[in-house]
Amino acid sequence: MNPHRRSLFILVATVLVYTFLYAPIVGLILYSFNSSRTNVTFEGFIPSFSGRVVMEGSLVKSSPCGPFHWYCDLAKNADVLEAAGNTLTIAFIATIVSTIIGTMAALALQRYEFKIKPFTQLSLYIPIVIPEIVMGIGILTLFSQFFGWFNGLLGLTGDARLSMGIVTVTISHIAFMVPFVTLVVQARLQGFDKAYEEAAMDLGANEWITFRRVTFPMILPGVLSGALLAFTLSLDDFVITFFTNGPGSTTLPIYVYGLLRRIITPQVNALSTVWILIVFLVVLLLQWLQSREAKPQH
Amino acid sequence: MLKRLRENKSAQGTLLALPTTIWMFILLILPLLLTLVISFGKRSPDGEVIFTFSLDNYIRLMGISSNCQNGQSWCFDSLYLQILVRSLMLAFNTTVIVITMAYPLAYFIARADPKRRNTFLFMVLIPLWTNFVIRVYAWMMLLRKEGAINLIIGTVAHWLGINFVPLELLYTPGAVLVGMVYEFLPFMILPIFTSLEKIETSLYEAAADLGASPFKTFLRVTLPLSMPGVVAGTILVFIPVMGTFIVSDILGGRQYILVGNLIQRQFLDARDPAFGSAASLILMVMTLVVTYFYTRKFGFGEEIVAA
Repeated sequence: MNPHRRSLFILVATVLVYTFLYAPIVGLILYSFNSSRTNVTFEGFIPSFSGRVVMEGSLVKSSPCGPFHWYCDLAKNADVLEAAGNTLTIAFIATIVSTIIGTMAALALQRYEFKIKPFTQLSLYIPIVIPEIVMGIGILTLFSQFFGWFNGLLGLTGDARLSMGIVTVTISHIAFMVPFVTLVVQARLQGFDKAYEEAAMDLGANEWITFRRVTFPMILPGVLSGALLAFTLSLDDFVITFFTNGPGSTTLPIYVYGLLRRIITPQVNALSTVWILIVFLVVLLLQWLQSREAKPQH
Repeated sequence: MLKRLRENKSAQGTLLALPTTIWMFILLILPLLLTLVISFGKRSPDGEVIFTFSLDNYIRLMGISSNCQNGQSWCFDSLYLQILVRSLMLAFNTTVIVITMAYPLAYFIARADPKRRNTFLFMVLIPLWTNFVIRVYAWMMLLRKEGAINLIIGTVAHWLGINFVPLELLYTPGAVLVGMVYEFLPFMILPIFTSLEKIETSLYEAAADLGASPFKTFLRVTLPLSMPGVVAGTILVFIPVMGTFIVSDILGGRQYILVGNLIQRQFLDARDPAFGSAASLILMVMTLVVTYFYTRKFGFGEEIVAA
């Protein structure tokens, strides 16, 4: 093959793969503007604005929000808002905890030798090489056995019983997020010049001041991108949440999954579109942080 | 006390690693051990676990059934073996297709103008970070009888004057394969890109100077040097495909069962956690064995971290 034909092949393949990656997303977004409530075929955009929603059969003829009818509908959906609230609460708490303990573990693994080190390393490595469902059902079993034993021990009944909920989801999220935080922070620590810390110590700073004024500011970009990665992983998680949630702790992925088994209105597409938009912004922020981190710092 | 801690480096390390180690012990190691214990257990009539030591669940998974129609004490039922083989085959096919799709794209991005490279990478990250469930939903819409794919084929057929009956694309094994490929493609692109990017351009020049054709250069220089990326990508694709149950659930219909669906149903519908635990352990062992032999053959790249 001559080089020209080879690069043509690469170019065609590239265009095809990008089309494959984006066609479903574009379709998803387009259908969020569908005037058809049944959402089976695309019946065109909702043509006009009006004081109230005008329906003709299953077609929306006009709406206070015009073509953005389903987005307004979404904003009024209490279930979605509750699920969004749960998702954010879980992600927020789990990110804070996993970032703190993950950074500590990264420091320990990178800087110290200690007895339980191989065990710590192993436990951070396992989640990467086993399917998520294995961890999910393991945690489910642990909680259900523990709750059964505990409720029986204290003779709890009805609402007083311990059961799955936001707490179990958050605790479980932390478990699968920590390995990623540790990995990212460790990578940052590897390229770390110890001379800065030695200089600080020579100038009379103790360990704590050295950490606070020298080490921490230098690993901060790594810690932040670890935290952001953990946050997105938590927002995105389906499998672990699926097995550890309970009444009142539905997250957005679980909510959408539930909808897929019922009638799907363009509202699901509107929800997906908003979500993709948020992902877009988060990835942009992540890339910006990484490009900052890549630059040498003095 | 504090002073002793300040001097004891080992104690400092232990203290720093302790919260993570305890957390991972309770929520990873303990659940795995519990899964192992329960897999030897039995199901009580009300769906609880009876702790005993019996190999019944594993025997059942291997195809020895005790529910026989003709009154025999045992008979062969290949249902679960079929599910295991189907999952393995699907994971294998998905991985192969994903490699062939990801490689040219990764190659293109690695060779692109450095100024544009980040934009192309960014375009891979957006589908990657779009929620898994949403991406399955997107394919559900495309594959439906009234979906875009049938619409496009129908329009073309109409132009050509061919009579066209919309194809049943959804709820087929093909739909599951496409869905899996779509879900995991970005996980292959990123590691292959990382290993391709590392190759020094001087190597290509040296190969050309020594008279190698571009094809030969690719075969003898580029491909071997990008293998760590392919290996890392394979691990990132193969393992999750083996355990995923949403794709087959939504795109495959009730009849299409993978190991993931089998496990999930034991816990949520059939209420037989003991059998589900055994299936989960078999799944874990299968992925670990495949990963172990695969990485031993090809080495384990640090590219896995990059993704």
